[in-house]
Amino acid sequence: MKTLFNTTLAAVAAMVISFNATAGGAGIHLDPANTDITDEASLQRGAQSFMNYCSGCHSIELMRYNRIAKDLNISEADMANNLMFNAEKTGSTIFSSMPDDGAKEWFGTTPPDLSLTARARGTDWVYTYLKGFYADDSRPYGVNNHVLENASMPDVLWQLKQDKSERAFNQDVRDITNFLDYVAEPVKLIRYEIGAKVLGFLFILFILAYLLKKEYWKDVKYGKWRAKD
Amino acid sequence: MDNNKNWIDQRFPLTKVWNEHLAEYYTPRNFNFWYFFGSLAILVLVIQILTGVFLTMHFKPDAAHAFASVEYIMRDVDWGWLIRYIHSTGASAFFVVIYLHMYRGLLYGSYKAPRELIWILGMVLYIALMAEAFMGYVLPWGQMSYWGAKVIINLFGSFPIVGELILEFILGDYAVGDPVLNRFFSLHVIALPLILVVLVFLHIVALHTVGSNNPDGVEIKKNKDANGIPKDGIPFHPYYSVKDIVGVVVFLMIFTSIVFFAPALGGYFLEAPNFVEANPLKTPDHIAPLWYLTPFYSVLRAIPPMFGSQLPGVLAMFAALLILIALPWLDRSKVKSIRYRSWPYKVALTIFVISFIVLGWLGMQAVTPLYSLMAQIFTALYFAFFILMPWFTSIGETKPVPERTTEH
Repeated sequence: MKTLFNTTLAAVAAMVISFNATAGGAGIHLDPANTDITDEASLQRGAQSFMNYCSGCHSIELMRYNRIAKDLNISEADMANNLMFNAEKTGSTIFSSMPDDGAKEWFGTTPPDLSLTARARGTDWVYTYLKGFYADDSRPYGVNNHVLENASMPDVLWQLKQDKSERAFNQDVRDITNFLDYVAEPVKLIRYEIGAKVLGFLFILFILAYLLKKEYWKDVKYGKWRAKD
Repeated sequence: MDNNKNWIDQRFPLTKVWNEHLAEYYTPRNFNFWYFFGSLAILVLVIQILTGVFLTMHFKPDAAHAFASVEYIMRDVDWGWLIRYIHSTGASAFFVVIYLHMYRGLLYGSYKAPRELIWILGMVLYIALMAEAFMGYVLPWGQMSYWGAKVIINLFGSFPIVGELILEFILGDYAVGDPVLNRFFSLHVIALPLILVVLVFLHIVALHTVGSNNPDGVEIKKNKDANGIPKDGIPFHPYYSVKDIVGVVVFLMIFTSIVFFAPALGGYFLEAPNFVEANPLKTPDHIAPLWYLTPFYSVLRAIPPMFGSQLPGVLAMFAALLILIALPWLDRSKVKSIRYRSWPYKVALTIFVISFIVLGWLGMQAVTPLYSLMAQIFTALYFAFFILMPWFTSIGETKPVPERTTEH
């Protein structure tokens, strides 16, 4: 009986552990992004890079400027003066500056919204993709991508790649990836901390519940429980 | 206070109900770990209904807005993210709890006479829960919601002659679209929860009529004292109510760990492709239902199409589910509990559990020739458990069952 119980638990545990879902797709090597969502400076730099290099074409429609300002400790004035290129009000969601019709004509497709990309594809994918451009004259913009074959996107970070050391460039890409990870799930910033408190509370409750149970079950000897009435 | 109680009791059987179902409901004293999952299932049902009420306030059942409205809940609604994660984790937790609850039934023969009706009601509950979970998964209108719905709904199209008609009736259209989303929303928030609540009520009424089974599989009602109280019984309240509170707290510790630290659980509770809005023009590389449906999905894929029709696979899948209902009549063993059963049953149960888990795992993988062969072998083993049950439960030496429950 005990063996059966243990075998069952072991089988279930093995099943859970062996589950792993990767969004990368088969055969593509992805570099580890090593982003750290608690690194506020990295997120702020990432927000800045995103607004400068990405928001011209890509929206993050599910995100609002003032939410970013609040979460990343950027003042709303700084936000409005330095990072808001496509909107009047800080409460707006973030649209790209490119009209859809134009996009179709210039790139053959509408650049995707990036609100959930880091969640759907994973941070490693975003990180490797942004670094994955290589020269290819057969493509309209002269570049192709290792991660996403025949991507319509030009290598918008080429100048950074040229001007900076590899290490500094990787950090820039990492910051953008980190920012997109935050954008994909803003509550990731707070849920760990709240979770720790909830678990702490439940742990205390567990001790009390266990002691209560132990006290009551002292009665559970044959017939003894009736002695109470 | 007593006056108030009298006033109510003259008009409503409050004290009677309280005593019959809690304070004087005599429960075997030897319940073990496996007996926590009934009360936990009720807890999860309550959690799902409460969080569901608040999600419904903000969700938009409209193909154009559903996806964005879920993200609106995740971002703009105060504590909406927590409510959503509790609801999505609760769906999987429900099945974890229910599978363990059912496994308990298999371990201790809880489905055997006189508890056949409890088992049948439980099985209907399980099937209703699958429908509830499937329809709920469609609502966020992500890629997996959409394509999962398409795969499952299309199964009904495989029935000869009436298939097309059934399909149109379910879809309200010729493809998965806004009408499906709208009617699934209605079924998910009204029809199925009502059915679930009524079935849970009936399941408990039936249980309290015959009394609970226990790890020894002895009937405690056969040994009563002078007052007509089972000698091996203790009142459910306060003894099992305080014990279940401990179970609830431990469950909540595991549950909240997932909610706060890994709400997607590596893609097994929330699939990554479902964070992309449904796109009817773009088929995902790999479509898999969530883990709790995959054993049956594997059975479906294991049976090859015959005469150009998927029907045999579809029938096998429904058979795999419905055959569980026949369990009380397939089991010929004289004893209930695994503790006193003969070895053939122990071997068969172990193979069955392994088959179910392997089928579940295979259902999440893309099909390869090896996996497809494995799915066929384990599907055969799955059905063999039921088909051979009348035979292997009647052979081998069983141990003598004690008169009274044993100390554990």
